Amino acid sequence: MVCAGTGCVSCGSFKIKEALEKEVRKQNLQDEVLIIATGCNGFCERGPILLVQPEGVFYQQLKVEDIPFLVEEHLLKGRPVKKFMYIPPKEKNPIPKMKDIEFFKHQRLIVLRNRGRIDPEKIEEYIGFDGYEAMAKALAEMTPEQIIAEISASGLRGRGGAGFPTGKKWEACRKEKATSKYLICNGDEGDPGAFMDRSILEADPQAILEGMVIGAKAIGAEKGFIYIRNEYPLARQRVDIAIRQAREYGLLGKNILGTGFDFDVEIVQGAGAFVSGEETALIASVEGRIGTPRQRPPYPAQKGLWGKPTVINNVETWATVPNIIRRGAHWFAGLGTKTSKGTKIFSLVGKINNTGLVEVPMGTTIQDIVFRIGGGIPQNRKFKAVQIGGPSGGCIPAKLMDLPVDYESLTEAGAMMGSGGLIVMDDKTCMVDLAKYFLNFLRDESCGKCVSCREGTQRMWEIVKRITEGKGRKGDMELLEELAIACKDASMCGLGQTAANPVLSTLRYFRKEFEAHIFEKRCPAGVCVNLIRYHVLPEKCTGCLACKRGCPTDAIRGVLKGVHIIDQTKCIKCGACLEACRFEAVETQRDEAIVIVEETR
Amino acid sequence: MAEKKKLRIQDLVKMREKARSLSTIRESQGRAKVTVHMGTCGIAAGAREIMDALLDEMKQKKAKDVVVTTSGCAGLCNREPMATVELKDQPPVKYFDLTPEKMRKIFVKHVLGGQPATEYALAVGSETLY
Repeated sequence: MVCAGTGCVSCGSFKIKEALEKEVRKQNLQDEVLIIATGCNGFCERGPILLVQPEGVFYQQLKVEDIPFLVEEHLLKGRPVKKFMYIPPKEKNPIPKMKDIEFFKHQRLIVLRNRGRIDPEKIEEYIGFDGYEAMAKALAEMTPEQIIAEISASGLRGRGGAGFPTGKKWEACRKEKATSKYLICNGDEGDPGAFMDRSILEADPQAILEGMVIGAKAIGAEKGFIYIRNEYPLARQRVDIAIRQAREYGLLGKNILGTGFDFDVEIVQGAGAFVSGEETALIASVEGRIGTPRQRPPYPAQKGLWGKPTVINNVETWATVPNIIRRGAHWFAGLGTKTSKGTKIFSLVGKINNTGLVEVPMGTTIQDIVFRIGGGIPQNRKFKAVQIGGPSGGCIPAKLMDLPVDYESLTEAGAMMGSGGLIVMDDKTCMVDLAKYFLNFLRDESCGKCVSCREGTQRMWEIVKRITEGKGRKGDMELLEELAIACKDASMCGLGQTAANPVLSTLRYFRKEFEAHIFEKRCPAGVCVNLIRYHVLPEKCTGCLACKRGCPTDAIRGVLKGVHIIDQTKCIKCGACLEACRFEAVETQRDEAIVIVEETR
Repeated sequence: MAEKKKLRIQDLVKMREKARSLSTIRESQGRAKVTVHMGTCGIAAGAREIMDALLDEMKQKKAKDVVVTTSGCAGLCNREPMATVELKDQPPVKYFDLTPEKMRKIFVKHVLGGQPATEYALAVGSETLY
């Protein structure tokens, strides 16, 4: 719609209309685009004005020479041209609003509510944003039973992985008759790709302390420990400052807030063993012993730290508690699914455009997390799967991306919530290689107490490694499944019981990829180096030397303008030549002269 | 160090009100507040250099009425280092993919000049809380 009011006509809107008509014909869009002259729009000082419908995009102060660009960009390619747009005088700011950015828009911040907003080293700022309000309420107005009832009613479940109802755990510990009871905050975050606990410890340490004081009142504990892994020095430093400041203000220690309640917290630094995240192993580590798990029952809620009843909750769980007490169980339970309430933080990593921490209501679909919040896969590659829940979790293939993430549906799909690490994979990821990676991690981290886990993870790794080397045999998949079940059934702790998940879930959803490796000696994703071979296509090679320069092992022979040859004995299959080869300058028409060829044996 | 007064419940409420007014800078003296996001991810991406550049620029320009503070990860780790500039009575503006040079330019243009450096800005406003 071209404005043909007097004002716009006087500054040349008819010329704009002519140019527009000409350009639309040139681009062959005359059947799709209707050009009409309208009456005055009332923005005469901004003329000539153009309104594009149905989007309602408003262009202003156009010149005839702007039209070809505008038509091509907006009408042909569908990209509105910002520089010609009208910006209402009140908002001269073309910066998007936080609430309009997809990454932030779909998140619901409860635990991360203070992210980027407060200085974690100043307790006053935490207090300024309602900090310690919940604790004051719990200490002054609530009985331990009421606190537990509130937490139970909220439906909060442990955020560390297994999803045990927090209220139930507290209740069990509350019932124990013992002289001392303890609280532990589990900050031994070890899943590759997960960093939500670190971020909470660093960004909002007071929230964890507040949650622990509330928990202490509920179960009757006088002492708590925050277990932080050695790899998180900044987290440790900030928690240390937080504890000191809370003590100074009388928010920790004797007679908290003058209510007569005593509770104090101490930091314990872990040595960085993955298994120490398991609660009984963590207790051993806090006690100063080697971090290995023991048989349960008795559960830590009955016999925990130094044989006393102990509640262990994860960092994210503790940081959720004050929000529930402050806003009420009903509010919290209003978010999420039937069995999983509230929000969950995921660390979004891997082949994804927006990496970072996202907090979404339980039940959000993988599709929404990956595509709406995560912004999809870089370079428009194909979304293949997500690995969720770290080494204990499993992969969820693209075909299940409508799956809502909550504890039950993830477990049903063969993965688990875990701590919420979400690794996105594209079609260049080999699932056999992925299984190998996690098995390698687990065989390293297995404490070795149960034979089934120690030997099971080692053997499974050996078999999968053999498969990726092109030495897979008939029966390997069946053997893997058998080992996986043995490892699951016969191991004592969560590590061994879930160690087979990466293998079982990749076998379940990507069996064809295993078969291709074993029977056809082929790696469809082009990852397993023994199964691929780089080869120059003579008909496409221009002899530009780019690949030769990029080769770290001098495996490419060739002269300028002569077809290059890759010496297979020197080639280490790093792929640098494939990266370097791009003689077609236009990205979309990129056409490499180097291909990955399957090894034929 | 002198022993701080142990808080009672009624003190907590007072302190909250005081802290709230300080953190919104409307009541305090500063012309602007600049927050550099310094979680491990931000620091790994170079947030310390951003902070150094900011402090240096403040010293050079003798800007004493600017409050500089740090905060944790803002969530979008692949666009770190990030910083937030908040002028008195104006919505905060988040800047991303910062370099020391960009930070200096933002300081001159936005903090001193009052005009958001749109070319480096990610977003204006703050996240919605549930």
